[in-house]
Amino acid sequence: MKDKKSSASAWKSIQLGLAVLLGLFVYAYGFSVTKVNLEELRSERRQESLTRVTRTLAQPDLITYDKKEAIVNSPLYVPCPADNNLSNIPPADTSAAYVVITPACAKPGETVQVEGFNFPPNITGPIRFVPGSDPQNIVALGRESIKTDGDGHFTTSFVLPNRISAEPQHIRVTISENVGAPRFTQNAKDTWEKIIETVFMALLATTAGTILAFPLSFIAARNLMKSVRAPLTGVALSVLGWPIGMGLGYFIVNQIGIFTIPLSNNIFVNLVSVIATPFIFWFAIRWALPQEETKAPARSMRLIRVLVVFIAILIAFFGFFQLAGLATNISLGIEKALGPFGFLANFLFQVSDILRIITPALGAFAAGGVLASFLGHIGQRTAEKNTKDRVKTINFIFSALAGATVFGLIGALVEWLYQIGHIEYTFWAPVLIGAMLGLLLAAFAQPKATLPTGMVVYSITRTIVNALRSVEALVMAIVFVIAVGIGPFAGMMALGLHTIVSLVKLYSEQVESIMPGPLEAITATGANRLQTIIYAVIPQVIPPYISYTMYRWDINVRMSTIIGFVGGGGIGFLLQQNINLLNYRAASTQMIAIAIVVASMDYISSVLREKYV
Amino acid sequence: MLQVKNLTKIYDGGVKALDNVSFEVPKGQFLAVIGLSGSGKSTLLRCINRLVDPTEGQILWDGEDITAASPEEMRRIRRKIGMVFQHFNLVHRSKVITNVLAGRLGYVNPAWSLLNRFPKEDMEKAIKQLERVGIADKADQRADELSGGQQQRVGIARALMQDPNMILADEPVASLDPVLAHSIMKHLEEINKKDGVTVLCSLHFLDLVHRYADRVIALNQGQLVFEGFPRDINDQKFKDIYGRDAERVG
Repeated sequence: MKDKKSSASAWKSIQLGLAVLLGLFVYAYGFSVTKVNLEELRSERRQESLTRVTRTLAQPDLITYDKKEAIVNSPLYVPCPADNNLSNIPPADTSAAYVVITPACAKPGETVQVEGFNFPPNITGPIRFVPGSDPQNIVALGRESIKTDGDGHFTTSFVLPNRISAEPQHIRVTISENVGAPRFTQNAKDTWEKIIETVFMALLATTAGTILAFPLSFIAARNLMKSVRAPLTGVALSVLGWPIGMGLGYFIVNQIGIFTIPLSNNIFVNLVSVIATPFIFWFAIRWALPQEETKAPARSMRLIRVLVVFIAILIAFFGFFQLAGLATNISLGIEKALGPFGFLANFLFQVSDILRIITPALGAFAAGGVLASFLGHIGQRTAEKNTKDRVKTINFIFSALAGATVFGLIGALVEWLYQIGHIEYTFWAPVLIGAMLGLLLAAFAQPKATLPTGMVVYSITRTIVNALRSVEALVMAIVFVIAVGIGPFAGMMALGLHTIVSLVKLYSEQVESIMPGPLEAITATGANRLQTIIYAVIPQVIPPYISYTMYRWDINVRMSTIIGFVGGGGIGFLLQQNINLLNYRAASTQMIAIAIVVASMDYISSVLREKYV
Repeated sequence: MLQVKNLTKIYDGGVKALDNVSFEVPKGQFLAVIGLSGSGKSTLLRCINRLVDPTEGQILWDGEDITAASPEEMRRIRRKIGMVFQHFNLVHRSKVITNVLAGRLGYVNPAWSLLNRFPKEDMEKAIKQLERVGIADKADQRADELSGGQQQRVGIARALMQDPNMILADEPVASLDPVLAHSIMKHLEEINKKDGVTVLCSLHFLDLVHRYADRVIALNQGQLVFEGFPRDINDQKFKDIYGRDAERVG
């Protein structure tokens, strides 16, 4: 027993020893790979430059003064005149700053004592030798510097150069004095401008990211998606519905846009439509979607309602385009009048532009979603109401069609990316393969059984999000610089995209960890999925969502300071430029600005979090 | 009339929660479901409104097959079945009135839910239900600021908002003290007797069963081991239901 114990402990000791050895080996290799070398650090050359850079960094290029320069000349003879007559030298004017040279004449190479009086206290300035009789001569030799004490007095020695003249020559002391109030340097102003750009870049990226990540986070939550199941008929039909609906929606909304163009130049037409369309839309929707109905309406009534909703939505899109037109017209009209607030007009203009671009996309997505869910419902009912054999036949047809559509679209994407140029490879082959896979699925799936569509959507979303998340925002910025040009807009897009994907992950994990009880209770009342999310999920996830959004804003501010390294705008551009120009004092200003912004962001977000979460 | 026929539920892990359970509940009855923890009471109640999908068997309610209902039909059936939970299952961060209004979600048009809008009649109805359970003054408080007994009243008000024909109560008083338990049970009794709502209520304490239930069914390891009147539970039956080593308390 005892032997067993001791051998076990010996074995443990050996294991521990091996682990320590392995650790040593790993770290030794790490040292060699990362080239750890303190020899270099100790070398004099390195230390010198390190000291120099550190000292410049400690003196940020932040404020400057207006300078007043004063020149004090004092004559002397080099060498001494033959008769030693120094009477040509006038006595110094002792009411202002003056210099006394002893002796007043000397041979070249000899040292004279220079003493200054009545200078401004505690300043430095150069002291030079001016050859020739003209004291204003710009040729100056030698360069020492003087430093006055608290009383404005200095004493220094000066070695006379080899310039011989019979005329009196001069020693010149130049002093410059700061006058007036301190003011910011150009560098400080640039830094301010860029740091504002940086903060707003982060703000916009966070806002855009949050808005888009919010709906996506529910699709990426396992607990919500797990129960989403549909029979194959419904899945196939809604897969067909998406592209058809998107195409139709884009086409229709685009047509509305084209129809709107001649009307949108007149500001009154804009105004009337912008005011009228919401009312029409509201009343149409109020009529067509009664808040509560105990009895199901007749079929003809439902058809009329669908029609009314459809027309109401068309009117709403018309209203969107008119709103964009109105914003454009107003912004063009008032830009001049606003003066320094012209950026408000620009904002309005850009927003109207964005509205004009996203409205057809919105229409495409809405129509795609509506058609897909409508066809999905029809599929569901078909699968429920018909016999197994008939459902199987229907499944063969639609599953093949859906497979062909999906693979055909993938083929089109491949063609666009790689420009293969053979229609049989990029169209017919994928369509055939897709159709075959669809047929196989229809053959093997139980006709009435449900498929885990929710989990498929969940997995696809997760995969895309994780793949995009692994690309750093800095790398994304390079792509966007190519897409939209160098500047803060590219940086904002890159940060925005990265914000979406990381927030989707963080958000959806919060959704996955909510309490299931309320979810169950709301489902039990007969609420549908959308209502369950709104009433049971969202109230539970709001506090963590706010907290993650703030955290992300924090990250975005930090990221936006370096996104300029690759041309993404913001302060990083300035910082990198100054470092490359070895202008460390300017770079130091930017570093301080970054530190202040990051620290205050940290403080603000912690205060807000404490207050609202 | 609710008819449960040969109901079996086997969970994904292979656990047989219900084993061939059959019984009937006439309209307007107060049925107690008793049994040990893990005997399948919760699963049984959740099968009736399909929060849990049964593996086999049939549930007929007034002749309509709940087990075969499509999602759309299920929504219509569920809104007529109120449910009350042991842990109340309120949405903590929402207001009491919002929690009560949620009972109306099966009736309102989902499009309007996006905007968090309820018809005016529903708002009035919600206040009326809160008055009925005696906490109308708490309507604007957050649900988690209420005590346990008050939270369960909100739960009942939410179920009442559904204009239910049946209420499923899953151990509604198990996390409340005896005094509160009686007050909650009295609310359920009143709903049962006054409004004629069928109540299926799982309970732990036999004195509550004797006091409130018209009839009792008992489950043991997923099997129906007793069906009858509360007074019929003698010592022998008690041991059948709760196991040989169990002792009666209360």
